[in-house]
Amino acid sequence: MQRVTQDPTWVRWLLTGLALAFVAFFLVLPLASVFTEALRRGLGAYFASFNDADALSAIRLTLLAAVISVPANLVFGVAAAWTIAKFNFPGKSLLLTLIDLPFAVSPVISGLIYVLIFGAQGWFGPWLIEHDIKIIFAVPGIVLATTFVTFPFVAREIIPLMQAQGTDEEYAAITLGASGWQTFWHVTLPNIKWGLFYGVILCNARAMGEFGAVSVVSGHIRGETNTIPLHVEILYNEYNFVGAFAVASLLAVLAIITLVLKSFIEWKYQQGHAEA
Amino acid sequence: MSFFRSSRSALPGFNLSLGYTVLYLSLIVLVPLSAVFLRTAGMTWEHFVQAIASPRVLASYRISFGASFLAALLNLIFGLLLAWVLVRYPFPGRKVIDALVDLPFALPTAVAGIALTAVYSKNGWIGQYLEPLGIHVAFTELGVLMALTFIGLPFVVRTLQPVIEELQPEIEEASASLGANRWQTITRVILPELFPALLTGFALAFARALGEYGSVVFISGNMPMRTEIVPLLIITKLEQYDYRGATAIAVVMLIASFVLLLVINLLQKWSRRYHRI
Repeated sequence: MQRVTQDPTWVRWLLTGLALAFVAFFLVLPLASVFTEALRRGLGAYFASFNDADALSAIRLTLLAAVISVPANLVFGVAAAWTIAKFNFPGKSLLLTLIDLPFAVSPVISGLIYVLIFGAQGWFGPWLIEHDIKIIFAVPGIVLATTFVTFPFVAREIIPLMQAQGTDEEYAAITLGASGWQTFWHVTLPNIKWGLFYGVILCNARAMGEFGAVSVVSGHIRGETNTIPLHVEILYNEYNFVGAFAVASLLAVLAIITLVLKSFIEWKYQQGHAEA
Repeated sequence: MSFFRSSRSALPGFNLSLGYTVLYLSLIVLVPLSAVFLRTAGMTWEHFVQAIASPRVLASYRISFGASFLAALLNLIFGLLLAWVLVRYPFPGRKVIDALVDLPFALPTAVAGIALTAVYSKNGWIGQYLEPLGIHVAFTELGVLMALTFIGLPFVVRTLQPVIEELQPEIEEASASLGANRWQTITRVILPELFPALLTGFALAFARALGEYGSVVFISGNMPMRTEIVPLLIITKLEQYDYRGATAIAVVMLIASFVLLLVINLLQKWSRRYHRI
């Protein structure tokens, strides 16, 4: 017997088929094309693309930018979540909105703001030139732009989580004589570890893949200020398609790993909820 | 004794964590963002208007806003379809499809850009079938639309999914028992229920598309007046050392983004109130 809240079988089949076709054409084909284009000339040409000083330097720089910006935003995210979830103070909702701000800003403008401050014509430009410090068209600018675009990721994941958990457990720990840090390490952190991990995964994916913001501050100096996405662009514009897609495939693999970890954490989290 | 005593909280660390949060937020986000506005404050009004309203700039607004609007509209249709199927119709492999919806979030925009170009160019997997029909995607306005639709898709799906999950079957049963057929139930009961979430997803996808750069520049061909989006024009101005021009356009885009952020916040509040009833 069919229930009234169920759609007729042919409707279900039709809609499911349409949705699957859309996913196949729109999401799976582009992803698959990265790997087929990269392997167009065989495995030899594929691996040769990485045996190149500029490609290796781009990989190193991308890792460096992520290694600095992700922990910085992790510490910030925890501090912001502790402030917002555990205390009441005036201006709280304004603070929440301001933390989300970098998501609303175009990546290109996220790079531009640092050019306006540290660039040759920027506020500190003359002073920086005088002291021979390079920020724009150098590594510090890339790290700053990456930090800006990945700014809200961790905070945004753990703030709602910590708000939902309330403050009872922390109060209990403090009452029993634990210090603030002990409470944080032994009570708060275990409660938010999956949310934290989730935020870090997303933050890292964006940090390694950011293109627009980094493109503005990088100056595109081969072997010096190119990240992986910028190196992909250079190879592509030089019509070295196999090379471009080979290097891009690294980022595609990163994206797949990110999606798998994300699903795993969601599954883990749901399990935890089912037990509780 | 601290000045900012929070209301009767015995938990420690308020001053330290608030201080650090505000300091870091100011240094990384607020002060740099204010630079854009302070920079344009030094321009005369005529210069500013010239910079933000020249024909090439106006054409880029038309392309960016127009394509973003259409892309968000497409996302609304396909996002609703995907969210509905994922929540309501169990099928094997549903988990995989669900995870794949986030691909546009996880895949770096530059990679998405070259991949879409490869698929839709003349010899590409899809492009080779569209080309004989006279449909050119790569290096046209259609390419811009394609890229913007790609990156905006997860917003609509992820906004709708939890709302569809929370729909009460009793309401649909009541509607059916009162004599409505399934189609009437969907258009008069379910869709109105989803309306705030649909609008929120649309606004999120639109806001994201407006600022997008990486996925578009490869597929659009970047022709001034035709396929040049605003973020690209900002970069072009910067490369010509026209910092004032770039900054002035950035101010226009930032204001548009902030207005959208406000609208999205209001929509989300409305949506939450709507569903509590």
